[in-house]
Amino acid sequence: MSAVTPTTPIPATSEARIARRETLGQLAHSKTFIVGAVLVGWWVFWAFVGSRLTPDDPLAQSDAILNGLSAGHWFGTDSLGRDVLSRVLAGATDTMKVAPLATILGIAGGTTLGLVTGYFRGWVDDTISRVIDAVLALPLIVIAVTALVALGSSNVTLIIVIGAVFTPIVARTVRAAVLGERELDYVSAAKLRGERAPFIMFAEILPNIAGPIVVEATVRLGYAIFAVAGLTFLGFGVQPPSPDWSLQIADNYTLLNSGTYEWTVLFPALAIATLIVGVNLIADGLQQVLD
Amino acid sequence: MIVFAASQLLPGDIGRNVLGPFASPADVTRFNHEHGVDRPIWTQYWDWVSHFARGDLGTSLQYGVSVSKLLGPSLVNSLKLAAVAFVLVVPLSLLGGTVAALRRNRATDRVITVTGLSFTSIPEFVTAIILIVVFGVVLKWLPVSAAAPAGAGFFTQVKYLLLPSFALVAVLFGYIARITRAGVIEAIDADYTRTAYLKGLTPRQVVGRHVLRNSLLPTIAVVATQVGYLIGGLLVIEKLFNYNGIGQRIYIAAQAKDFTLLQSGVLIVGIVYLIATFVADLLYSVFNPRIRHGAAE
Repeated sequence: MSAVTPTTPIPATSEARIARRETLGQLAHSKTFIVGAVLVGWWVFWAFVGSRLTPDDPLAQSDAILNGLSAGHWFGTDSLGRDVLSRVLAGATDTMKVAPLATILGIAGGTTLGLVTGYFRGWVDDTISRVIDAVLALPLIVIAVTALVALGSSNVTLIIVIGAVFTPIVARTVRAAVLGERELDYVSAAKLRGERAPFIMFAEILPNIAGPIVVEATVRLGYAIFAVAGLTFLGFGVQPPSPDWSLQIADNYTLLNSGTYEWTVLFPALAIATLIVGVNLIADGLQQVLD
Repeated sequence: MIVFAASQLLPGDIGRNVLGPFASPADVTRFNHEHGVDRPIWTQYWDWVSHFARGDLGTSLQYGVSVSKLLGPSLVNSLKLAAVAFVLVVPLSLLGGTVAALRRNRATDRVITVTGLSFTSIPEFVTAIILIVVFGVVLKWLPVSAAAPAGAGFFTQVKYLLLPSFALVAVLFGYIARITRAGVIEAIDADYTRTAYLKGLTPRQVVGRHVLRNSLLPTIAVVATQVGYLIGGLLVIEKLFNYNGIGQRIYIAAQAKDFTLLQSGVLIVGIVYLIATFVADLLYSVFNPRIRHGAAE
């Protein structure tokens, strides 16, 4: 006689958890994702630790001006006698504050806008989409420079401006995803249940388009670092005395005209390059798994 | 109109900015009145648009000389730089994209795609710094600055423009190559390609005559949209190489709040962008008989 084992109904949440574990497992096997995560993890670590673990104080000046690479200063010193290695390690802090926050702002704004335009269609969609097209017609860096000159440069305005510039771009992606979902049965069911529009948009549609949004967020993060770096280099972004990488390059690149002192700019340049490549490898890995 | 509105939003008294912090308030008021910047915004806007249409760009608030004299040579310089960059990037990325597509999912493809993707996402001034250090400082092959000595011949000028255009090429290559790759893959999988092979054509003939011709279309479209990016890139690259181009002018004008110069500079950029898109549309119909014939019917 076989005992009848009572079957416990599997709660919906555990199903979601299994799906999530599968995604994580796939990511752990993606070489691009791992390399990207290691690179980004390294800079996230230094962004949190900041100047506490660097060999020297990144802001301390000394008489050792523009010394080459040596045992005391692995990456040499800059025109104010500051240790380049310490400055490169501490230089992650501002970028790692501004870029993620700007990305979150852009994703939040763009997702809301995309859900509204994609769900309602009609004149709301038409009006907002036209405005978005008009804004996107201008080169982004020109908009950002103009806005930053108007508002004044600080980390806060930098976050707001980059976030605002990203909003229409994210909105376009989200809108396309919403258009693919809005005719599906679960949306009609929710409508028949008498759910309100905000509930359908944020509680029903949003979880189903989370994949593309996560991918968009990592891609945007790469662009945000790109934008912060470019604007800072032009003098409209992170302000001195921060040891930010782009500031180091902006301060020292004219020295290259003398045909030497390349260490003052090469190491910060390589730091930016590794961080951005890292973020893009993560985005690439996520895209392969989620899409 | 957006350009005008944006530049009006810039804070600060124009007269105060031009004359410096030590000018007397009376002088500042007089300066503002002479240059008409104390008039209502709508009068200024109408004035600006009607003059621009007649080719009169006004006088730079900062330098006191005519804007067209400042922007004319800068525009020519920028077009030179952009031309060198385009001449390098278009064949390179077509080749890269095609090779990647023909070796789809093999090592060559991965290398081209990942390298292209990485270079696309690295800011142009970072690539430029690495290029300057390698080719200008360590190897000493190429000049560090972009401005050739006055009266230099064609090839000397090109030599000075090589480093800055490499930096632009690095950013554009990955993007254009990716689109080309996608276009070529689509063409390879198409029925007409199979037919061409079955007709007994050699792979070289098939790729050259059937595949490339069809895959060029999306590439042309994407190259045109990249002109907008290229202008933003010029802003940074021209500053880095201290090159007197339109990007450098816009940058200096934005810093000095030189409205007349800034407005005309940004508007000219917009016009260049429109022309580029228009040329791309023309090319598109040249390469795509379907559009040409569709329009004729």
